[in-house]
Amino acid sequence: MALLEVKDLSIHFGGVKAVQNVSFNIDAGIVYAVIGPNGAGKTTLFNLITGVYKPTTGEIRLDGEPIQGKSPNELAERGVARTFQNLQICMNMSAIENVMVGAHLRLDRNLFKAALRWPSLRAHDRELRQEAAELMAFVGLGAYTNARADTMSYGVLKRLEIARALAMKPRMIFLDEPAAGLNPKETIEVDQLVRKVADSGVTVVLVEHDMKMVMNLSDRILVLDYGKKLAEGTGAEVRKNPDVIAAYLGAHG
Amino acid sequence: MQRSSYIGLGLLMAVLLVLPWVVPNSYYMDLAIRIGINAIIVIGLNLLIGFAGQISLGHAGFLGIGAYASAVLPTHFGWHPLLAMAAGAAATAVIAAVVARPIFKLKGNYLAMATLGLGIIINIVLRNEAQWTGGPDGMPVPAMALFGFELSTDRHWYWVVAAMLTFSVWASLNMIDSPFGRALRALHGSEVAAQVVGVNIVRYKVTIFVMSAVFASIMGSVTAHYMAFVTPNFADFFHSVELVTMVVVGGMASVFGSIIGAVLLTALPQALATFEGWETVVFGAVLMLCMIFLPKGLVPTLAAKFGKGE
Repeated sequence: MALLEVKDLSIHFGGVKAVQNVSFNIDAGIVYAVIGPNGAGKTTLFNLITGVYKPTTGEIRLDGEPIQGKSPNELAERGVARTFQNLQICMNMSAIENVMVGAHLRLDRNLFKAALRWPSLRAHDRELRQEAAELMAFVGLGAYTNARADTMSYGVLKRLEIARALAMKPRMIFLDEPAAGLNPKETIEVDQLVRKVADSGVTVVLVEHDMKMVMNLSDRILVLDYGKKLAEGTGAEVRKNPDVIAAYLGAHG
Repeated sequence: MQRSSYIGLGLLMAVLLVLPWVVPNSYYMDLAIRIGINAIIVIGLNLLIGFAGQISLGHAGFLGIGAYASAVLPTHFGWHPLLAMAAGAAATAVIAAVVARPIFKLKGNYLAMATLGLGIIINIVLRNEAQWTGGPDGMPVPAMALFGFELSTDRHWYWVVAAMLTFSVWASLNMIDSPFGRALRALHGSEVAAQVVGVNIVRYKVTIFVMSAVFASIMGSVTAHYMAFVTPNFADFFHSVELVTMVVVGGMASVFGSIIGAVLLTALPQALATFEGWETVVFGAVLMLCMIFLPKGLVPTLAAKFGKGE
């Protein structure tokens, strides 16, 4: 059984059918890419699966359990993590605290223990700070452990989001354009980072426009166009698909 | 907690310890106690406004519930003052939770409107239920006794309030720097980011709203016993606005800013009394200048200027 099964998924915003009858399966442990021209519905698909939007119709199953319509925090409890195309960093917190908040569900969130400086809670917090620093080093932000989030650059914050998502110890991570707006050197670094994440056993789902990176990393690729599934398969299969070529380059004759 | 927080806490304790020996007369002692009471309410309100990013325009209403619980229950029913205080806090918690839960399920900042309405309703009830509350004239409050020891002089109350303030500052600083506090600040920074890491944002907003309402209720009880008299003005809308102003002037998301805000806005009207009728104008001008030149509030702006984050 696939880790994630999506069946006939649709969402309509008024008359706009942003995603229409999309079905696909993602097996555990692979890197799965979602590609398509701008406005194809890639981010909407992510928002549907991670609970930010509720689908109009269709079914999403994680490990066989239906998850459509569940809130993002309920999905987080089931090991689903994500990053955002337009950054969602908490600028009122330090960089390392942004990563630490990723571990929210693993911690003792008791308010009274927190107010009274409960020793076990403090000890866990110290361990967590250490762990968060290691995660920052893992994504290549070792130099920023004492930085404030609002002083950091776009490319750095993109990786900070990945570190925060990893702090959840997720089973699945959804990366929405991790390389968008990055220079070529940073893109290569993110490419390597995604590979490292996948190697650590996390199932990666990726939306990305950088085709070199997509072809390089992905085990399977889903192509969307105007909210519909155009093709699905390995990189080689997708590249040869005439519909995909038409959608990207324009149909000739 | 960071080092600067410990320094701030130490400084606060030093000031609180020295103050009773340097104030020239009982007028200043009274002012110090009222500042302390306001500071605690403002710290609670700042947890809601500055840290969690939600606004309440009805906090004086919660203060009124606490104050009148401490006045009515011992007077009419013979309750022990501490029990009355706890009952007021419990009633406040229930009312706050009942009001907040449905509101926080909506997107957008409807809490301001709802708390505005709630505060006004509480004020009207206190004015109209004259057989219990004395109506617009208010009513006397029996003295507070702790373990057979009656709190009667300003000095007694000073130490009680000073201890409560120190504890509030310490507990708030601890809370901010904990998993609970980080989740709270995260939902202020980005609700969707907080949600996708697993924060149940409705529950966190309700919890912090209830907590800050309970802060206000308990301090309402303390005020009632200290002044030995309550009036519906405790729960007045303008008092709610005054409390929000203290948060903003002192500094959002700053515990020590809350204290500074309470000091300024409690002491300033007294200091400006010499302007005879113009004090409100001068007061308004001071607030405007603060907002123009120190938009983040006094303590955060100054802390950034001198390179020491709180």
